[in-house]
Amino acid sequence: MERKDDFVQRRKHLASLSDEELHEKFWQLTDEVIKPLVKLAENHTSPSIERSVLLRMGLDSLEAKELVKKIQDRELLSKGAGHIVWRLARDKGFSIREAAEALLADKYWDDVEKTFKGGGTG
Amino acid sequence: MTLKENDKLKLEEILKDLDKYRPRRKGWTDRKPLPAGAEVGPFDYYQISENLQRSIPLPAAHAMGNIDPQPDCVITSEIASGRFEDDIRRMRMAAWHGADHMMVIRTTGQSHYDGLIEGTPEGVGGVPITRKQIRASRKALDLIEDEVGRPINFHSYVSGVAGPEIAVLFAEEGVNGAHQDPQYNVLYRNVNMIRSFVDAAVAKKVMAGAGMAQIDGAHNANATAREAWKVMPELLVQHAINSRYSEAVGMPADKIYLSSVPPTGTPAPILRMDLPYAVALRELFHRYKIRAQMNTKYMESDTREATVNHVLNILISRLTTAHIQSTITPDEGRNVPWHYNSINAVNTAKQTLNGLDGLKEIVELKEEGYLPEKAREIKERAILFLEEILEVGGYFNAVEDGFFVDSGRYPERNSDGIVRDTKGGVAAGSIIERDKDYMAPICDHFGYNNLPEHEGQPCDLIHGCTLCHPEKIVYLDELDPEDNVQKRLEKTKEHRDKGLLKPEVEWYADGWVNTTLFFPTGQDMAEAAAYEWAERMGLENPEVIHKQTMHPAEGTVMEIKGQVQFDIDSSTLKIPEKEELLDENEITQYVKENPMQVVAATVGEDEHSVGMREIIDIKHGGIEGFGIKVNYLGTSVTIQKVVDAAVETNAQAILISTIITHGDIHRINMKKLHDLCVERGVRGKVILVAGGTQVTNDIATESGMDAGFGRGSKGINVASFLVKKRKGMQ
Repeated sequence: MERKDDFVQRRKHLASLSDEELHEKFWQLTDEVIKPLVKLAENHTSPSIERSVLLRMGLDSLEAKELVKKIQDRELLSKGAGHIVWRLARDKGFSIREAAEALLADKYWDDVEKTFKGGGTG
Repeated sequence: MTLKENDKLKLEEILKDLDKYRPRRKGWTDRKPLPAGAEVGPFDYYQISENLQRSIPLPAAHAMGNIDPQPDCVITSEIASGRFEDDIRRMRMAAWHGADHMMVIRTTGQSHYDGLIEGTPEGVGGVPITRKQIRASRKALDLIEDEVGRPINFHSYVSGVAGPEIAVLFAEEGVNGAHQDPQYNVLYRNVNMIRSFVDAAVAKKVMAGAGMAQIDGAHNANATAREAWKVMPELLVQHAINSRYSEAVGMPADKIYLSSVPPTGTPAPILRMDLPYAVALRELFHRYKIRAQMNTKYMESDTREATVNHVLNILISRLTTAHIQSTITPDEGRNVPWHYNSINAVNTAKQTLNGLDGLKEIVELKEEGYLPEKAREIKERAILFLEEILEVGGYFNAVEDGFFVDSGRYPERNSDGIVRDTKGGVAAGSIIERDKDYMAPICDHFGYNNLPEHEGQPCDLIHGCTLCHPEKIVYLDELDPEDNVQKRLEKTKEHRDKGLLKPEVEWYADGWVNTTLFFPTGQDMAEAAAYEWAERMGLENPEVIHKQTMHPAEGTVMEIKGQVQFDIDSSTLKIPEKEELLDENEITQYVKENPMQVVAATVGEDEHSVGMREIIDIKHGGIEGFGIKVNYLGTSVTIQKVVDAAVETNAQAILISTIITHGDIHRINMKKLHDLCVERGVRGKVILVAGGTQVTNDIATESGMDAGFGRGSKGINVASFLVKKRKGMQ
């Protein structure tokens, strides 16, 4: 879009505001701009976010990358990668590391799919 | 392990047991300010912090008791060699000059790397940020901060498509601050917009949990805009979006730093243009902190021009506020910053902040007229910008419409902004909605998390996450058998072990040198001549890195860099022994108890008196200052006259100053002085000293003198010698 500087006309509604009111308006508008962005972030995740979860659970970066990919391939990332590892560990009496290593070795995926695609969430 | 002043950082020690190293603290540390009026040496200061235990003061400080007052704000050094083993050496140098914020630039391309990098591969324009690299750097910084006596903040970047992972890595490894701004991803790295904001929320929450300082990315709009002075309204908008977004996802306001650059460069009247902007920013964003960056947009290859702009930038910091004063190396317009230019930048900041200390005690900004009116205008333009973002349907639509980095002064628009597609960019379509049963059993996670109801930490479910139980962190070492620090060290092993010396600017023994040349011709001819010159000097890969016309016909100055191909074997070097000087008080005391009279003169047909006056005069720290009585005879004095005066006044010493000539007049004069003293029977009683820019102790003693003093000698050298000699005589 091309537009000449029409500041003088556009600012008319701001002219009567005190500095304090102007500042308030600035922050109120900013909050309106960021509100939907925060909402979006609250309800979504990404491969990087899920890898960051697995790192925090004690996996190394190579393991985290591989495991998130396996979970993504099975369209289960929306459950949370950490959730899947934790749930398998709980169900099988494994440590978190044992559960993660088993999934990386392509074991127990049937159990995982049954748990999470069957609607059961524990 | 502790560092010794005269020992190099030992990389082997740093790398040893790195898998077991834990950082000593997390989070950002500010300087400890001293009360207004705090005294350092002969002066009082209003904006300084605690002194360092070890540091290198500004050059002129030697005339002021070697004071090194440390400004109140944190000072940044940007470090970007691409090899961490060289970065840490530079960090040590920067810390000794007063930097306590080491900002390590990432390698080109890391933003688009989907995941973490491991090991110690070499980078371009920065290091690949890996656990090993940052752990080794943080470990080195622990040693360096003990050495200088002040906490040092370590900093890098949480951006790109692996932001959340990098944030976790930084939190685990005690990185103290980071750049984080999703707008940077969107505008300059073309990472998908939605991915950038979703990832940023988690990254920010993790950073907040570790107490890290966050710096935003708004300064990039300034560096990218076509006419940077027109981008001010947008800068306010970008700062606002990132700050408020950060707070909304859990970052405390006092950890949010605005990366603010005075947008304009000289020859524009930059104070009048940039100060209203700086005022508007600080008034609107008073809840947040200011990281004052220096201008990079208007940097050419002239380091002098860059430095003047940077000094003016700091004037704005001091007229307003700055919590972190960042520095830009004056050679950034030429190449990746060199060691000494990084240090120059730190010193530019320290020197200017020292010089402007307490500025607001003596001047204040006007509250009426141009300054507040202009500041208000910038704020209003920013408000109109925000209103239009909402009018078009929000942030993503505004980016799709090319609102950002348009060259117009908003609301003027020139249709040349950066346009990004919500569905496009790197990692487009990678965002997934969290299901109702989404769960993440770890700490410092942002967003919906269907954790089972329980008391305590989220990570109790897994008996602790790495943020609470760092022993759970998995350390990976090298993944690439070729591209790693060991392989690189092998290449310079000979230099390190055998003490072979090669000049360097960036990497150990890289061989780069820079030379300043002036040719009495125009630019094109001068440049061709410079390359020819470099070839004859044996410099490889020569490159003219700066040229400036002094006059179209009369001459061009240029700087040319190139690599030298030979080493200097340090074991073959003869280093002249340094004379051990007596303590100033000891000299004064001795002279008080044993009064000393000397005769001084510049001999031969020589009208130079400057050197001799420096040695004698009390105001230059000369020998008079120690109580020695001097009978100065002037210039072009004959040897005969000097000896006569010495005999007449019963002087204990004769000081002559002489220039070196092809005819060996200097030797003849010295010999003559010695012989005449012998002839008159006073040689045993009178100490004979010769000085001059090219006199050496060897030349002087060979010619019958007791000592010779050359370039750089001061009064104390001569006084110390005279007292020692007298003591030996008695």
